[in-house]
Amino acid sequence: MTQPRTLYDKIWDDHVVDRQPDGTCLIYIDRHLVHEVTSPQAFEGLRLAGRPVRCPEKTIAVPDHNVPTTWDREAGIANEESRIQVETLDRNARDFAIHYYPVSDIRQGIVHIIGPEQGWTLPGMTIVCGDSHTATHGAFGALAHGIGTSEVEHVLATQTLIQSKSRNMRVEVTGSLGPGVTAKDITLSVIAATGTAGGTGHVIEYAGEAIRALSMEGRMTVCNMAIEGGARAGLIAPDDKTFDYVRGRPHAPKGARWEAAMAYWKTLQSDPGARFDKVVTLRAEAIAPVVTWGTSPEDAVAITGVVPHPEEFHGGKVEAARRSLDYMGLVPGTRMTDVAVDAVFIGSCTNGRIEDLRAAAAILRGRRVAPGVRAMVVPGSGLVRLQAEEEGLDAVFRGAGFEWRLAGCSMCLGMNPDQLAPGERCAATSNRNFEGRMGRGGRTHLMSPARAAAAAVTGRLADVRSLA
Amino acid sequence: MDRFTTLTGIAAPLPLVNVDTDMIIPKQFLKTIRRTGLGRNLFDEMRFTEDGREIADFVLNRPPYRKAEILVAGENFGCGSSREHAPWALLDFGIRCVIAPSFADIFHSNCFKNGILPVVLPQEAVDHLMEDAGRGANARLTVDLVAQTVTASDGRVFAFEVDPFRKHCLLEGLDDIGLTMEKVAAIDAFEARAAAARPWL
Repeated sequence: MTQPRTLYDKIWDDHVVDRQPDGTCLIYIDRHLVHEVTSPQAFEGLRLAGRPVRCPEKTIAVPDHNVPTTWDREAGIANEESRIQVETLDRNARDFAIHYYPVSDIRQGIVHIIGPEQGWTLPGMTIVCGDSHTATHGAFGALAHGIGTSEVEHVLATQTLIQSKSRNMRVEVTGSLGPGVTAKDITLSVIAATGTAGGTGHVIEYAGEAIRALSMEGRMTVCNMAIEGGARAGLIAPDDKTFDYVRGRPHAPKGARWEAAMAYWKTLQSDPGARFDKVVTLRAEAIAPVVTWGTSPEDAVAITGVVPHPEEFHGGKVEAARRSLDYMGLVPGTRMTDVAVDAVFIGSCTNGRIEDLRAAAAILRGRRVAPGVRAMVVPGSGLVRLQAEEEGLDAVFRGAGFEWRLAGCSMCLGMNPDQLAPGERCAATSNRNFEGRMGRGGRTHLMSPARAAAAAVTGRLADVRSLA
Repeated sequence: MDRFTTLTGIAAPLPLVNVDTDMIIPKQFLKTIRRTGLGRNLFDEMRFTEDGREIADFVLNRPPYRKAEILVAGENFGCGSSREHAPWALLDFGIRCVIAPSFADIFHSNCFKNGILPVVLPQEAVDHLMEDAGRGANARLTVDLVAQTVTASDGRVFAFEVDPFRKHCLLEGLDDIGLTMEKVAAIDAFEARAAAARPWL
């Protein structure tokens, strides 16, 4: 009898091309997503070596990090380096004949939003991208992770990666979430519980009733931040919600191929008794609506809580907390709901999907952004924007005083003009609160879309439940 | 890629946990389409003021450490973004080895692709080397990849583990793509098998 296997084991086993005696494997890659920032040197490497892209039909490119999100962007990118980087991707996509969604295409958007949206992301696949948030695609039961540029070149040239197998970790969230508690709260609470290195060397499978209850959008939010917990990849076993999401997408299989795919996809679950090297269990009822106070995604605290004292921590984290508080301009003991914000950013590959915009708009309906707060919403893709406009959400956002923008990564990492000024404090739905992440000296508090909308309305970090 | 065998050099102490790749090389320097020239922006926002003046007490601005070839840091070094610009910037500055209690996975892997050796040692060993590194030019560490040891200036030796395949590639300066290209028949065979088993792909 064969050993019970985890979902990760199964996907791994089905993609081993070659195994060396020391255990190092050559793994086949089904989909390679490419963006403009981490690919130019890889394409240049191919050119220098005279190598083609082995499987252009499995390679999908889109510019997202550098693109302006303002409505005049068709006029071109003002920053010369950003423009050159996007033009370089234009040229590489053309020269190597890979699938491409240029800035002018309505389907353009953040790479991790358009992969699932276009049906490029399917259960059981191996998916890589030169971007750490590739973990997002794990929501479909795909093994998806970020790689460096040398590996991007390796995949372009060979459609494979040299890998050692990671360990298996299971994060189970039992029970059901309380009102106003979201997928973002789950993922931030998991990181707070395990630490930013808790998943290092592991692939996380998220399981349990509360995970099953999430929509595909919510599952993508959870898997997106697996990397913030140190795990290269996060996975959720596919189920009917997954299949319903995928069915009919432009690049999803059709007809007999769909039936064959479904038969295989239904086997993509961890077997009973499969061994996990590490197991973490959280009760959904114990998960509070959270915001971050510091400069690491593990620095989450209940919105009803206070800024912690550095002395509450141990080891190197004491000094790190002191440094964070200094950077964030916060005093221990301050109630989180007393922290005033200057800016609000709703968007990113973590929370830039239609459900996220609906959740934020539900709070904003009939309300106004507080005086002095600049608020921006950046849909994750052109198609998310169109759908939101069809539902009238743009009018809600605009009516409340938000700027309604075009798709891109935007302020999440501020490679385009959307940045925080030094000292500016932002309620953000993105994934990283690192020093300087959204702009030098900028201060980021991570939270769910509804909570960010509540912060916009009240002008301070806010418990969305008090507005409901 | 340059080989890595042994290295004796000045180590810079950076006693911070969770040093992320946004710190190592901030996003405004990711707009390059080249691999070189990033050393001047290594740790940019910690090293320079907004108008470009050096921040005197940052370790890499202090005289002995301007020539550092080794970095000693806290746990979870290189977390965050997958940007290979982080190892490119370290390498361009002249750093060939980072010693820490733990590394983030993607950064760890990116180092090996660029001839940089990430050395994992227990916290206690890192603390000792951190203190040693604090002595500046008088304290030179020796990192020996063949023997898998780090020797402090007081002669104390710390052994470390390294993946045998990655060690081999680093010692020989091997190009991964070249190695994989030798297995093209296996890739062809896999594609044929996969096309039969999973025709929807």
